[in-house]
Amino acid sequence: MFKWFVTWFHRFGSPPHFYRLAGRWLPWLTTLFVVTVIAGLYGGLVLAPADYQQGESFRIIYVHVPAAWMSMFIYVVMAFCGIVILVWRMKMAEIVLSCSAPIGASFTFLALVTGSLWGKPMWGTYWVWDARLTSELILLFLYLGVIGLYGAIDDKRVAARAVAILSIVGVVNIPIIHFSVEWWNSLHQGPTVTKFDKPSIDIRMLIPLLLMALAFQIYYVIALFQAARAAILQRERNSRWVEELVKP
Amino acid sequence: MSVSEFFNMGGYAVFVWSSFGLTFVVLLLNWWLPFRQHKQYLAKLKRQEMIKSREEKQSHDASS
Repeated sequence: MFKWFVTWFHRFGSPPHFYRLAGRWLPWLTTLFVVTVIAGLYGGLVLAPADYQQGESFRIIYVHVPAAWMSMFIYVVMAFCGIVILVWRMKMAEIVLSCSAPIGASFTFLALVTGSLWGKPMWGTYWVWDARLTSELILLFLYLGVIGLYGAIDDKRVAARAVAILSIVGVVNIPIIHFSVEWWNSLHQGPTVTKFDKPSIDIRMLIPLLLMALAFQIYYVIALFQAARAAILQRERNSRWVEELVKP
Repeated sequence: MSVSEFFNMGGYAVFVWSSFGLTFVVLLLNWWLPFRQHKQYLAKLKRQEMIKSREEKQSHDASS
């Protein structure tokens, strides 16, 4: 098992292998994504009953919560890549980190905007400066910081080390976001799914939510592979394998 | 549940559908922009390679 993992890790660590594997997996992943997202949307918008307090407005949950989960998950992936960059100087980790940042920023933006579109009818306001919302906004700034810093340094190897440090330092914000609703008084509701005891949500509401979360997870892989392929090609344009690839 | 009831979302249509619509647009852009970038870059490299091989052939013909 461990040996298999090491071989897999090395293969994925090599840009030409990653490029080819990603190209081969993309059609399958896209199909899987479409199936999951249709099932999730149908379950969430049609089958799930309306909430007893929030009525139909609760259906925003099916984009808001998965987007918020992804915004945190992707940042953790970036911090992990940051460690790999600093310790092993692995090129693929640099590419994964830099390509993940715009996707993570998009999910953070979506979590914030869909959250305020949910907040307006339910709380009576688009925005409050409370712990959950503010820490999520800080996450958006961290993503924008990573994107800006990476773009500002011309030598991409140096740029990757700089954003690796920023990603690792910024990861302290992730537990703050998660526990903010417990540590501080907040308008935002507490966790309903990721509690240690039974989730306090109807199963017909929960299943579509998990499907949407899975769909967003697959989407991240698709978007990452797509961006990574472009980045690999750009970085390796002078190498032999790219020359072979573009040979007429 | 009728179709118009579905789209009305119990009076929350503006909030629900703008959330879903915006998510759709942002995710589509995030997928499409790198897709296009990769395609264009690959085409550019292929063009360069074609020009290069043509020039090499010409200089080879001239020298022989």
